[in-house]
Amino acid sequence: MTNLTETRGKPQISSAAAITFVARYAPFLFLAILMIAFGVLEPRFLTAFNLLNVLRQVSIYGLLALGMTFVILTSGIDLSIGSIIALAGLVAATVAKGGLDERFVIGAGGYGWFAAALMAVAIGLAAGALQGLAIIKMKVPPFIVTLGGMSAFRGAALLFSDGGPVSGFDASYVWWGQGKIWFLPVPVLIFAVFAVLCHLVLRYTRYGRQVYAVGGNAEAARLAGIDVRRVLLSVYVITGFFAGLSAFVLSARLNSAEAVAGTGYELTVIASVVIGGTSLFGGIGTIAGTVVGTVLIGVLLNGLVLLSVSAYIQQILVGLIIVLAVAFDTYAKAKR
Amino acid sequence: MIGVGKTFPGVKALEAVDFVVEAGEVHALLGENGAGKSTLLRILSGAQPPDVGEILLDGRKVTIPSPQAAQRLGIATIYQEFTLIPDLSIAENIYLGREPGARGLVNWKRMAEDASEVCRRVGLSRDPHTKTRVLSVAEQQLVEIARALSISARLIIMDEPTAALSSIEVERLLEIIHRLRSEGISVILVTHRLEEAKTVCDRFTVLRDGTDVGCGSIVGTPIGDIVKLMVGREVDDTRLGRMEPSRGAVAIEVCALSRARHASDVSSIELTDVSFHALRGEVLGIAGLVGSGRTEVARAIFGADPFDSGSVRIGGKTIRLRSPRDAIRAGIGLVPEDRKNQALFLALSIRENLSISAQHRLVKWGQVIDRGAEVRMVEDFRRRLNIRMANREQAVGNLSGGNQQKVVLARWMALKPDVLIVDEPTRGIDIGAKAEVHAILRQMAEAGMAVVVISSELPEVMRVSDRIITMREGRITGELQSADATPQKLMTLMMLREAA
Repeated sequence: MTNLTETRGKPQISSAAAITFVARYAPFLFLAILMIAFGVLEPRFLTAFNLLNVLRQVSIYGLLALGMTFVILTSGIDLSIGSIIALAGLVAATVAKGGLDERFVIGAGGYGWFAAALMAVAIGLAAGALQGLAIIKMKVPPFIVTLGGMSAFRGAALLFSDGGPVSGFDASYVWWGQGKIWFLPVPVLIFAVFAVLCHLVLRYTRYGRQVYAVGGNAEAARLAGIDVRRVLLSVYVITGFFAGLSAFVLSARLNSAEAVAGTGYELTVIASVVIGGTSLFGGIGTIAGTVVGTVLIGVLLNGLVLLSVSAYIQQILVGLIIVLAVAFDTYAKAKR
Repeated sequence: MIGVGKTFPGVKALEAVDFVVEAGEVHALLGENGAGKSTLLRILSGAQPPDVGEILLDGRKVTIPSPQAAQRLGIATIYQEFTLIPDLSIAENIYLGREPGARGLVNWKRMAEDASEVCRRVGLSRDPHTKTRVLSVAEQQLVEIARALSISARLIIMDEPTAALSSIEVERLLEIIHRLRSEGISVILVTHRLEEAKTVCDRFTVLRDGTDVGCGSIVGTPIGDIVKLMVGREVDDTRLGRMEPSRGAVAIEVCALSRARHASDVSSIELTDVSFHALRGEVLGIAGLVGSGRTEVARAIFGADPFDSGSVRIGGKTIRLRSPRDAIRAGIGLVPEDRKNQALFLALSIRENLSISAQHRLVKWGQVIDRGAEVRMVEDFRRRLNIRMANREQAVGNLSGGNQQKVVLARWMALKPDVLIVDEPTRGIDIGAKAEVHAILRQMAEAGMAVVVISSELPEVMRVSDRIITMREGRITGELQSADATPQKLMTLMMLREAA
């Protein structure tokens, strides 16, 4: 009888294990399949030049997705990052140029890239802290607070610049967006460094553990002695930091900052994080997943461009993939 | 009339179970946690299809592909977690999705009348327009039963219906079950409390490791035999507390703790002048019915809920209590009553769940968790508390209730607080693990901790405590040495205000 059970039991167990395996590595598998498919369909895709290009394109989204992973792990959301990019980018650019009056004077003096980068990050941190405080002190849901922030920071950017761009930086500034170290684009290196850092923080530190705990069960976290409010505040400061940093890198890459920069970035970034396997309900997700999710969207868009698929259809496909990724996640969870 | 015969495949959950419930009988479904009771219930209620086997209803073969199908067949299930929508009225909840009326309009008058009718049948005397949010747990349960009656259920399945009820409420519920039986309705009662099964049930079936290991008439079978069927071993039922008064330093002193009823929440409980102390090295039991304020006192002492006046002293010093963090820093721990929602991170591993509160003792280089030390700690507790797990990286949600509770207890033991409050230490835990948890509580006291045990099960309070205080309506009503305590004495103190 027992023997019978075991033989009947085995296929069941291994199919459950298979689902767990697929769920865990789904983003990796999907990325591999996509790359092979594009490689077969379009020989130009699998060239070092093109792949580096893809990485360069996704590195800004990638930086933002790192911060967004922290927020989504606590079952929060940050819709304001695109607007913070615009504001922080403009302020950084203005610092670099030495004032708004000099904004079209190419290569003019100013305070240099370092002061600019510092300022961009400071603006990002402040914006994140402000929203985080609103969330924990006034108990307004993150969705609403950052929706408000999305509008308000965009407005602030327009007000600050009077709608116009600030462009034309010196070479040391532009290097941060367009330069290379050996053959690697600088933005890609920045993304890589911070991805590793975030991975280590989430996986090996007390703080990382607390982020998962708060996202998994906030009440249990509170009763286990975790300062839940401080953790919640911190994740919005982290997204703010990455928004500020991205603003600097983006302005360097475009050699220009403007008030409409970053529009719609939040959707692509949230999509990357979710496709990478982070649960919108909180408590589940990894930086590795987020990196893969980000690259996956980049590869998809790049491949479609190479295959000359219309930009309109690309948007439709991205939308479908987001929904399917979450649907798969839900399905896998039910099976587990 | 109803003959449910089933055979199931042996994946892990259930294997070739035959289970028969007769018309108009109350049938106890017994077994330790993980024995397969829940799976069996899920199949009967249409939440999960069986892989093999068949279900016969009145001798006809039926399939139950969905909860709706179960309803149509007259099978209603009342889960441990209720399914009521708090902001809808009693009547709306009872008729949810089946509102009387025509052409898409609801006949509110008829709905209210019908609702009062079924509520009368279950002895619930509330206006059917009352929102279910304000009802007590027991009343909410009655609404669930009323809903079952309203679909003319012939078989009502109740999953641990008495777990959250006080003794009086339990009695009332058992009466209602009797009444249902006299109306010809069959009831399947899943319970861990054998005394209850004994009073209300006709027959029983015991599941163990996914198969049925015995069934029979409950009157004709001694409890000891049933327990033996469930666990496959004998369970001793002696008192673990010391017979003489405990002598230790005062670990915690609670002075005149008071809290007014919350204005916006009528079901919140008032606390009046709650004063008591607990000594190092003793287990202090707090006995009280549901609603007596026992859990509220625990949460207030732990800083989880605010209080208006009074103080808590640890080692003679009044401590500031604005959050659980303050309490933990002062040396107080709390094992909350609702393990799943208040203690565990179900998606995280056993290792992470166990070490979450003691993280700061496991760090190196400031913030980095020392994985080696963490693993040693987990493995140490795994051995000491006999936590049964496949491996420590397993999600804690996959453990049985007893092992989950051991993980939560270990979490606090790792922190070595001066005072550990344990609210309902063995709720939803099988008998074998219960004895282990009791032994752990005693061990902690012997190691010098003051352990405060809150329980709605009198045998449990008497078994583990050295000293027992009783509560009623937010006040302390009495104190007894465990050696002098009898269920009658405790009951009297818990139910009468001016008790001796």
